[in-house]
Amino acid sequence: MAEKTTIIVQSGDMDKLYSALIVSNGSLAMGMEVSLYFTFWGLLRLQKGGLNKGPLSKMNFGGLGKKMMLGRMKKNNVASLERLMSDFKELGGKVIACEMTMDIMGLTRADLQEEYIDEYGAVGTYVQEARNSAITLFI
Amino acid sequence: MAEIHVDVRGETCPVPLVEMRKAVKKAQPGDVIEIIGNNAASKKEIPMAADALTLKVESIDETDGIWKIRILK
Repeated sequence: MAEKTTIIVQSGDMDKLYSALIVSNGSLAMGMEVSLYFTFWGLLRLQKGGLNKGPLSKMNFGGLGKKMMLGRMKKNNVASLERLMSDFKELGGKVIACEMTMDIMGLTRADLQEEYIDEYGAVGTYVQEARNSAITLFI
Repeated sequence: MAEIHVDVRGETCPVPLVEMRKAVKKAQPGDVIEIIGNNAASKKEIPMAADALTLKVESIDETDGIWKIRILK
């Protein structure tokens, strides 16, 4: 069985989602399996059209900081979150959506970008994935 | 024994690694994947990834900041 990376994506901040997806895509590229467990604010990024809606975790300044950061990223040819997510799926990465968060936030499956999501689960699903993982992160 | 060309010049982390992986996935055993790029970290990391995928790195060349890595599937 291939080595595995498991990440809890708890933050909905744009820069943290970048971190999660970059580590994930690097892991997949280097032959590992990856599961991303989206919970709390992270789950909001799986809403339809929600991938890019996160603020910067620092110096967001009501969206101005984010705009500047996106400008700099574009200048440096950094891939978009859509591209990273589509590469993630193409390389076989797995996305798990936290059902309890869905209940808390009043979200149904129809509210989410369902083509990204492989599984809906709770903590047991995460533990089962994480217990055999070489890399586990909470972002 | 096809030769697959992947051009990631101008691309930055993690795209060169990801594009290498996509090409390896699509290639048949015996195919050679040639990746050309200029991201400095990727020149080190693509051979690391090839190693992790138990693929043979045939050659690594660099001229004027543009590197070329050949991997055998």
